[in-house]
Amino acid sequence: MSAYKEIAWNGIWKQNTILVQVLGLCPLLAVSTNFVNAVSLGLATVIVMLLSNLAISALRALIPYEIRIPVFILIIAALVTVIDLAFNAFLHDLYLVLGIFIPLIVTNCIVLARVEAFAAKNGLRASTLDGLAMGVGFVWVIGLFGAVRELIGQGTLFSGIEMIFPGLSGLQILPLDYPGFLIAMLPPGAFFVLGLLIAGRNWLDARANQRLRDRRSHGQPPETTSVAT
Amino acid sequence: MSEPLEFAARDSGPARIAMRTAAIMLVFTLVFTALMAGTYSATAPLVAASAKKEKLALIGEVLPFALYDNALLDDWIEVLSGQELGVNDATRLYRARRNGQPAALVVEAAAADGYSGRIGLLLAVKASGELLAVRVTEHKETPGLGDYINPRKDRNKSRPWITQFSNLGFDSVPRERWRVKKDGGHFDQRAGATISARAVTNASGRVLAWVMKRRDKLFDLPAHSRFEEGTP
Repeated sequence: MSAYKEIAWNGIWKQNTILVQVLGLCPLLAVSTNFVNAVSLGLATVIVMLLSNLAISALRALIPYEIRIPVFILIIAALVTVIDLAFNAFLHDLYLVLGIFIPLIVTNCIVLARVEAFAAKNGLRASTLDGLAMGVGFVWVIGLFGAVRELIGQGTLFSGIEMIFPGLSGLQILPLDYPGFLIAMLPPGAFFVLGLLIAGRNWLDARANQRLRDRRSHGQPPETTSVAT
Repeated sequence: MSEPLEFAARDSGPARIAMRTAAIMLVFTLVFTALMAGTYSATAPLVAASAKKEKLALIGEVLPFALYDNALLDDWIEVLSGQELGVNDATRLYRARRNGQPAALVVEAAAADGYSGRIGLLLAVKASGELLAVRVTEHKETPGLGDYINPRKDRNKSRPWITQFSNLGFDSVPRERWRVKKDGGHFDQRAGATISARAVTNASGRVLAWVMKRRDKLFDLPAHSRFEEGTP
């Protein structure tokens, strides 16, 4: 597996920001009450992570080690502000949906974590890809999160999608008289879903490792070297 | 990253290193502040234009364009009401006129007693005393429970909850009946989320009463002036 492939795989699965690093929970728990909000926040996060990794990887030679954290925060905050303003000015319809989430991204420690752990030490292309992959890992998990909470809490899916694609409308999955399950919409429900998703991921990983061990004990070579612990 | 160390070996004194680091920090701060300031001034006109468009669209939800013919966004007065409108600072009140005659007043107000704090409201009141419509402009009510006060989130799309106030005045619903049914009033609430409905209902009644009591004065004041309780 090439280095780039590994970066992508790390971001999406092996070092997934939410399921493995368990970082950036504040926006995750607050915004994932339905699918559309969750994916909107996720996409805004991808943009910020990609650009902040790119910017800091490009500037890393100029940043003294002792003051790297304040400089990183300065750069991230400035980028978020610029993105916020640019969205507001040029993509106003999208801004009406994503706008409230963009300032929230500054509070997401995953952005700073990737900058510090990766972009400050790696080249431009690898860092950009890392930002993108980590962002994609965030999007799919937060999207799943939003879908599960919305389905259990309200019995719908994709509600509010008409704010992004005016022609579409949300789906009523459970019967209309479904009373809703409030706790799924409140923060405790978010923690339950988070626990279940992490358990699910660990179970999948454990099963993959078990298969690998079985195959080894039968004298067959493992099919790839990437399935690590 | 080894640069500061080399520097220390070449030129002694932690004070100089500190100075140098501070200078670098300063440069970064200046560069990125300039970036933000540049973006801000480049986008400001566009942002202001979309904010204006958005405001007109929002007002259009409570006040049909057909009911007035003046430049609504320019015909405003500032209002300092104290408690009745639920806002501490001055809010804007827009005055719609048709052929120069008073048509309706659009006022920003708030209910402070939502389930999760403040609920921002926009109301249009006809000069004849009926509430044309109410819209929630901002709220933090529980998603899926109390957020039906926003018609976009209301599951009843054909007749959202908030539309039941439309075209009602104190002639058809007396002031003391301007409450939710649970409090012995006229208006429905949804089971399980009475507090959100109560807050919006009571606030709309308060605003309607406040506006109607001062209607003539609100229409007569020159544009861009300030209305304060107690001034002659």
